[in-house]
Amino acid sequence: MPSEYRLILKHADEPGYTPDIDCYLRHGGYETLKKALSLPPKELPDGRTMSGPEQIREEVKISGLRGRGGAGFSCGLKWSFVDRKSGKPIYLICNADESEPGTFKDRQIIHKDPHQLLEGMIIACYANDVHLAYIYIRGEMPQGAKLLNKALQEARERNVLGKNILGSGYDLEIYVHRGAGAYICGEETGLIESLEGKRAYPRIKPPYFPAVLGLYMCPTIVNNVETLCNIKHIVAMGGAEFARLGTPRNTGTRVVSLSGHVKRPGYYEIEVGKVTIGELIYDPAFGGGLPDGRKLKAVIPGGSSAKVFKAGEKFKLKRQVEGKEVEQEVDMLDLPYDFDSLIQAGSMSGSSAIIVLDDSTDIVEALANISEFYAHESCGQCTPCREGSLWMAKALHRLTHGEGRAQDADYLIRIADNIPGGRTICAFGEACSWPVQSFVAKFKDEFIAKGAADEERRAKAAAQKAEPAAAATTS
Amino acid sequence: MLTTVNEPIPNPLQSQPDFAIPPDLEAEIDELITHYPVRRSASMMVLHAIQERFGWLSQEAIEWTARKLELQPINIYELVTFYPMFRQHPMGRYQIKVCRTLSCALRGAHGLYRHFCEKLGLDPSKHGPQTTKDGRFSIEFVECLAACGTAPVLMVNDDLHENVTAEKADQILEDCR
Repeated sequence: MPSEYRLILKHADEPGYTPDIDCYLRHGGYETLKKALSLPPKELPDGRTMSGPEQIREEVKISGLRGRGGAGFSCGLKWSFVDRKSGKPIYLICNADESEPGTFKDRQIIHKDPHQLLEGMIIACYANDVHLAYIYIRGEMPQGAKLLNKALQEARERNVLGKNILGSGYDLEIYVHRGAGAYICGEETGLIESLEGKRAYPRIKPPYFPAVLGLYMCPTIVNNVETLCNIKHIVAMGGAEFARLGTPRNTGTRVVSLSGHVKRPGYYEIEVGKVTIGELIYDPAFGGGLPDGRKLKAVIPGGSSAKVFKAGEKFKLKRQVEGKEVEQEVDMLDLPYDFDSLIQAGSMSGSSAIIVLDDSTDIVEALANISEFYAHESCGQCTPCREGSLWMAKALHRLTHGEGRAQDADYLIRIADNIPGGRTICAFGEACSWPVQSFVAKFKDEFIAKGAADEERRAKAAAQKAEPAAAATTS
Repeated sequence: MLTTVNEPIPNPLQSQPDFAIPPDLEAEIDELITHYPVRRSASMMVLHAIQERFGWLSQEAIEWTARKLELQPINIYELVTFYPMFRQHPMGRYQIKVCRTLSCALRGAHGLYRHFCEKLGLDPSKHGPQTTKDGRFSIEFVECLAACGTAPVLMVNDDLHENVTAEKADQILEDCR
């Protein structure tokens, strides 16, 4: 029986659990921070000594933690890129700009257990010698920003934040910075620009890798809310123990946001890779199936930019069976919900947001909705993305407003193919073209039929208009 | 031959002649600026603070912010036009933002939006925010509000409303009267 495994959201929905510091302390809060701050230097066999912060960074590497924001990049590796010899201050930014359509997991953490985020963040800052950090929260979460400010104030009063934290000699200040409704601020270099008080134009890499040239051209770490919460648990249980959760290379837990046509939409925390997409949709412990009488049509597995899966689609997956690598054919619903299986199936788990579409969905309308989002949110810096996202949305608008053409399907693909692949500064180019490429490729007949029907109707109307005119001239 | 345009380029910004920052707000803004090693970084937080007080950002507000942060007005104006949440005109007392993105659309966001527009006597086919004549309500479609599990959702000012049905929508309007 698949079931939830609650690590991050362990207390979040317990009756009587409140977001204030007293409740958090009653549940063992900030004990892990105490442990982290008091780690003694460790003697290594080769005679070197490893400081406390270095040990934490090592544990994070051992844990195999991958970023929970969307890219799934190794957190330990990301931290190891930080330029620690530049002499410049190192900054850490918590990316709480949760804005990938379908995703609502960070909201739960911020609203229900903000101190867990702060504890993880303070430990991450200590491990990376950071003395000034920011939480970049999206503008549409004003209550979340208030809660975080209150939590930060409580943390300062209890000396788990501020000067000389718990007598350790370590100083850290964290501030909340609010966005103002731009999706692109979720991209880490766009977020940094925004935090510098500019328009969120992503920076080109190289040279502007945040780990070297980030906020104010100083080394900067940008981590997602859920990723930072995981840091606390890695330090509490040890990296190796954490790595036992989930599956190899896909360790720990993930909070999955499930929405769309299911009986029980909501957030579910699972061990990564231990539950399949089908179980998440149909199992009574999770989505509980589609509305009565409905059949599955498609699944968007990782936020609206992830490539869509069509019901019944099969994939060849490379799997380890008794130490040997074998290729297995797997139905879309039997894909384990993790990073690597979904990449092998040509999509991604992204921000772990599953959107379920049943057979009542007009697939062209669905894509038109997604494309309108991306056309609205392109920052406008790179021509292929700014123009491409707009023209895709325009073509889809006419397809959904009776003005379509049969060749619009090919037209959409042609635009979508010309946006990504290094033609744009950031991955938004990919994000806006993947849904178009996959929707049109997998449901091409529906796109063509819709366009052809519009053409036929227009031709008929034109013929009817021409007939009385022709009759008038002959008589 | 080149023709000379004698008419001045119209100013896109709306003026607010009686604009003045009260001392308590200025103190709040001064405190916000201390959060950053570079003054410019405070721009968005200062704009939020001013907008929270006045409801919108006027030409005077933009110029004041620029002076405060030792910047040119264009540095602030470019933020006001880039970020959708900043308002260049006065809005209704209650701002209703209905999410239109996929998960909400699948669960009836468009019907909900039409319902609101009918109740408020506004045009659902019109693009962008609209305000009722009495200045009480503004309504607009916005992109994903990150609460897709309880779709359809909307915000009224700072408050999120989830699983909004037509009945709930009527109640929301009633509560705002």
